[in-house]
Amino acid sequence: MADPASALLAPYKAVLASRIRAQRSYRASFALDLGSSLLVGLVELAEVWILFHNVTVLGGMSFPSIALVFGLADMAFALADLACGHCDRLPTYVRAGTLDVFYLRPQPLLAQLVASDISLRRLARCPVGAAALGYGLVAADVQWSPATIALLAVTFLSGCAIFSALFICAAGLQFFLINGAEMTNAFVYGGRYAATQPARVWSGALKVVFGMVFPVVFAGYLPVLRVVDLPSPHPFPEWAGWAAPLAAVWAWLFAIACWRCGVRHYQGAGG
Amino acid sequence: MRAGVRTYWKLVVSGFRQESHYRLAAFAGLVANVTFGFLKAAILFATVRASGGHLAGYDVGSMSAYVWLSQGMLGMVNLSGTHELGERIRSGDVAVDFARPVDIQGSYLARFVGARVFTLLPRGLPSVVVGALTIGMTMPATAQPYLLGGVSIVLGIASSFGCVYVIHVLGFWLVETRGLQLLYMVVSGFFAGLFVPLPLFPSWLHDAAYATPFPSVMMTPINVLSGQLTGLAAWHSVLVQVAWLAGVLLLGRVLTSAGLRKLEVQGG
Repeated sequence: MADPASALLAPYKAVLASRIRAQRSYRASFALDLGSSLLVGLVELAEVWILFHNVTVLGGMSFPSIALVFGLADMAFALADLACGHCDRLPTYVRAGTLDVFYLRPQPLLAQLVASDISLRRLARCPVGAAALGYGLVAADVQWSPATIALLAVTFLSGCAIFSALFICAAGLQFFLINGAEMTNAFVYGGRYAATQPARVWSGALKVVFGMVFPVVFAGYLPVLRVVDLPSPHPFPEWAGWAAPLAAVWAWLFAIACWRCGVRHYQGAGG
Repeated sequence: MRAGVRTYWKLVVSGFRQESHYRLAAFAGLVANVTFGFLKAAILFATVRASGGHLAGYDVGSMSAYVWLSQGMLGMVNLSGTHELGERIRSGDVAVDFARPVDIQGSYLARFVGARVFTLLPRGLPSVVVGALTIGMTMPATAQPYLLGGVSIVLGIASSFGCVYVIHVLGFWLVETRGLQLLYMVVSGFFAGLFVPLPLFPSWLHDAAYATPFPSVMMTPINVLSGQLTGLAAWHSVLVQVAWLAGVLLLGRVLTSAGLRKLEVQGG
């Protein structure tokens, strides 16, 4: 008899393993998918690099420092996208009736939704983020200490949690939006874009939206300021660079509230 | 051509009316457009200021015009690569399209242009108005850039359709075109100047972009409309748009007739 934990996880493992096998079986299509995803990462980095091709310092940061911000935030986003990126396709599941099938199974709805798909191609973005991070760590003026390494590790894990929370939040809101699913792109993909920017250039409204409500500024920019020892812009205090786990907790509380509201609102059409 | 101008005009109108029913979707698109607009404006203004107020022909006012015109156009042109045709080819429904007494490429083009021109009302104009009211932007004071710019926008919409049509028609051979679509989404947005205007590109990358049809999709209409390009230069770039449009539509036609010979649909 297997122990209770692995018995509990067995159905999810079986589903995920089948998804992974399915994607790898169409080799040409999978290779093209991987190539395209890698290109997504490269183009996003190029968009940052082009700005620094024109100026040397932007928002108080040099290119190596912003490469650190980009690397941390983009890798965290890529992993969150791998795990939860399909959750914001919830309206498709609602329309097709797939969601009603989830209700019939003895596992929690959200866990089933998360485990319902995994897009391996999204892993192809990681090397770009990793390369940017590596370049930043070598080229930027990093103040190395055990605390720096701890800060980078904590930030990366919290970043994954923050972006995952944004996807769950989007899924919850989409019970209400259905046809208006694009609205959540504003903070999910807008959040990714914002997370790779030096937040010093933002207006007050953007600082509230992406610094507090959807706290992506904690996934890269604020911690990197501590790593390369630059002052934090108003209104973020210096210790905020260490506060990524707090931001992750807040993002998850917000996400779970959105999800609960959405599920309570949902009425299956039956069939 | 089996159908007259009247038929295609009716298809344009039907596309326009169909799109007008999705009001929440249009509002959602506007929210996303405006959010991205503010982020783009923040980083691009900082870039212009960091280089002393003038950068590659832009000051803050004209950069603002670029930001908000590009956000306004985002709902009008197809930079995502998605279209129903791919799925219809995969499922075989495309056989119904071929059985209709109108040209398949022409009828999809007409409906696409109609639907996308509609998005000007709930997405395009409001994005520009939000930008103009909150940040302010420099726009030309004479009529000509707006008239030629209007033509240029329609050419941009049609060119984006022409490119996407080619991607989907390749489904006759590839069946699964999702990888190609993703590739199109990445490359077209970058080379159309969606996040960074093309004049800021290093020269080799700038040349690479102009070797593709994508600047014709978005950068050219913005340049003409905002008065970055005037006089002969504006007319010249609109002619380049016409040439690209003719090229991608022709390629689509050739592929369609080749694919038709390959297509086999079961049923009855």
